[in-house]
Amino acid sequence: MPAANLLDEVDRQLTVCNACRYCEGYCAVFPAMESRRSFEKDDLIYLANLCFDCRACFYACPYTPPHEYGVNIPEALAALRVETYAEYTGPRLLSRLFFGNRLLVGLTIAAAVLLVFGSVLVIQGGSVLFGERSGPGAFYTVIPHTAMVLPALALSAYWLAALGMGGLRFWRETRGSLAQMVDIGAFLRATRDAFGLVYLRGGGDGCNYPGAQPSQARRWFHQLVLYGVLLDLASTTLAAVYHNFLDREAPYAYLSLPVLLGTAGGVMIVVGVAGLLWQKRRADQAPANARMLQVDLAFLLLLLLTAGTGLALLSLRDTAAMGTLLTVHLGIVAALYLTLPYGKFAHVVYRYAALIKYQLEESHSSESG
Amino acid sequence: MLRMGRRYDVVIVGGGNAALCASIEARRLGATVLILEAAPEAFRGGNSRHTRNVRYLHDGESNYLTGVYSEEEFYGDLLQVTGGKTNEALARLTIRESADLGVWMTENGIRWQGPLRGTLQLSRTNAFFLGGGKALVNTYYETARKLGIEAAYDSEVCDIVGADDGSWAVSVEHDGRREAIDATAIVLASGGFEANLDWLAEYWGAAAQNFAIRGTRFNRGGPLRTLLDQGAQAVGDPREYHAIAVDARGPQFDGGIVTRLDSIPFGIVVNKEGQRFSDEGSDFWPKRYASWGGLIARQPEQVAYSIVDAKKMRDFMPSLFPPIRSDSVRELAGTLKLDPEVLEGTVADFNAAVRAGTYDPTALDDCRTEGLEPAKSHWALPLDEPPFFAYPLRPGITFTYHGLKVSERAQVLGGDEEALTGVFAAGEIMAGNILGQGYLAGFGMTIGTVFGRIAGREAAKHARR
Repeated sequence: MPAANLLDEVDRQLTVCNACRYCEGYCAVFPAMESRRSFEKDDLIYLANLCFDCRACFYACPYTPPHEYGVNIPEALAALRVETYAEYTGPRLLSRLFFGNRLLVGLTIAAAVLLVFGSVLVIQGGSVLFGERSGPGAFYTVIPHTAMVLPALALSAYWLAALGMGGLRFWRETRGSLAQMVDIGAFLRATRDAFGLVYLRGGGDGCNYPGAQPSQARRWFHQLVLYGVLLDLASTTLAAVYHNFLDREAPYAYLSLPVLLGTAGGVMIVVGVAGLLWQKRRADQAPANARMLQVDLAFLLLLLLTAGTGLALLSLRDTAAMGTLLTVHLGIVAALYLTLPYGKFAHVVYRYAALIKYQLEESHSSESG
Repeated sequence: MLRMGRRYDVVIVGGGNAALCASIEARRLGATVLILEAAPEAFRGGNSRHTRNVRYLHDGESNYLTGVYSEEEFYGDLLQVTGGKTNEALARLTIRESADLGVWMTENGIRWQGPLRGTLQLSRTNAFFLGGGKALVNTYYETARKLGIEAAYDSEVCDIVGADDGSWAVSVEHDGRREAIDATAIVLASGGFEANLDWLAEYWGAAAQNFAIRGTRFNRGGPLRTLLDQGAQAVGDPREYHAIAVDARGPQFDGGIVTRLDSIPFGIVVNKEGQRFSDEGSDFWPKRYASWGGLIARQPEQVAYSIVDAKKMRDFMPSLFPPIRSDSVRELAGTLKLDPEVLEGTVADFNAAVRAGTYDPTALDDCRTEGLEPAKSHWALPLDEPPFFAYPLRPGITFTYHGLKVSERAQVLGGDEEALTGVFAAGEIMAGNILGQGYLAGFGMTIGTVFGRIAGREAAKHARR
């Protein structure tokens, strides 16, 4: 449960906003806020997750510190968002432990890599791990297909369940009904807003990030990451189809569709993540929340490692480094899947849910005039 | 930042909307420009920080304005609020020159908000800039920076002295030192003097200490006083100001829009003695809200209380502070430290005088009092549904009307109607020429932008002769 004083503080700041309303043109948070006169816990959590941290309101606000009202909405809502992630993502013990803890994420990566690498070394032996082989099935001589697929499926099921549980808890806490959850119209409109990152567009000039001047850079970097991940997902799915239905074994030719998609996705992720990290280094820390920054950095670095080792594996797969790179890459992927629910990725679930809720409220208010 | 002893073609005194518009226009004509802003950077922008929209002439729709707003309608609106206290030539000039404001502002980086969601219904006459006044000020400072305009913060102008060659020495207090900057032309855009309580006390006595100043604490009127002392001609009644009722619990300076209270027409207002003193329902709130600052300023200790019962609590905008709540009028009086007998009597008399009618907040309805002095002419409903709520009120000064008389070229005029050489004025410091009393939403920004541009242009022309 978020600390009472944090809820009180967000409530206090939003009370200033609701008496002002100058920012209502920026994003969904302010129109959603204006339909309320006072804020209960569920309102605050909903509004916090509706915020894209574009920071336009911070620079537009005449009441930011050193003004005595001390309004800093991006910071306050980010603080509450991390609390939301930690409270709702299951199991709570793990989510409390992980959120904002970069050291623990690092240890998980190290442990997962060592585990995969060590297991292969012990079970398959050094000659297999460090040997040079190529052609179809080369990966599976290092790690048998079943030994690769079964843990991957188990880990996927795990993070989906952990985040799914979080999404359901969030939905219940913010008074969403089961029927609303399957409102197709609201879902589609929320999807449009999410995949277009419309709330990072600002007034058309972009969000106020990394500094006071509006820029589209962050939106584009984030889009590279988002669509890069989707391309990699498509690549993996296609590869599974090749393997199971077309009887073709990885590694596939450089010009095959799975490799082309995967490469494009990987490059997009590397460029996008590098851009986001570079922007974070330069970013004005005044509207930033320190704990959220740790959560962001941990996930971005892990994503960079995943895509980077994937691309390295691709380019060096015909050399003796293949075995090492494969085990390191899979170890990192395992760490990614394990920590996915307890890091920045969680925003996908909560932000999406908040956007759907916003669309439901909007259509409700337009129906009732 | 501030390079003392240097000569600039144009020195702009002030750092709000009018100052910025003047600086941009002067720089575009090739002048070297320095902005002297008295506030630190975090509080730059004067009262423009608290603005939200601009009113301008337009003959058609745009993405952020509906319908047509003609010169005659615009001037008619101005005549109505000022009661004729305006200079027609300057007023019509402002209105006509406002026709391209939307385009000009957009070209200089301002972004707009689509039609509003019901906070205010002004979308035909007024365009709302995205994010409000501080966003606008930030945008203009960035535009100015890119153009090569210099800006110095924490730089209060304390004197302006004419030199033999017709140029000016501007004396600035910066970093605890006083130094002079040479200027060929000066634009005074330093606002009114409403944040100078001592100056207000010259007309209001001790009552001035109980006023809240809604905007910047840096509008102390130093440059205005300097020019008046040197024989510049004044306009506007120095005693008059635009003032509304604000929550008495707010800060004395820079409380902004959020301490404003819209509860008055939904209940009654009593003074420190527990007595009503004015008609809470004489006209629609937007037309009347600005009269309450002056009304409360004339009450004992400059304080009043807006009292509303449970049934009306959701009918007005939420405000910064929660209302003071009690289950009975008597108890409420105790919390407010008013005489319980008197307040109960005031409420009972009011309730007894209310005549049943058809309540309609969108019309001048027939719910009114009879035989009560002062009357409540509309929207009068008995205060009988507990709990009862109260907001303490005090006068919140928005701006002063007293300023410098100017020509159509924004030149500051001397007592003989002769223009002072190379001295121009824009914004609140000269708004009293056009707005002798009352206010039109978004019109301060119109005057600031139009006269800012004129002053910048004329100053650059003067300096580059």
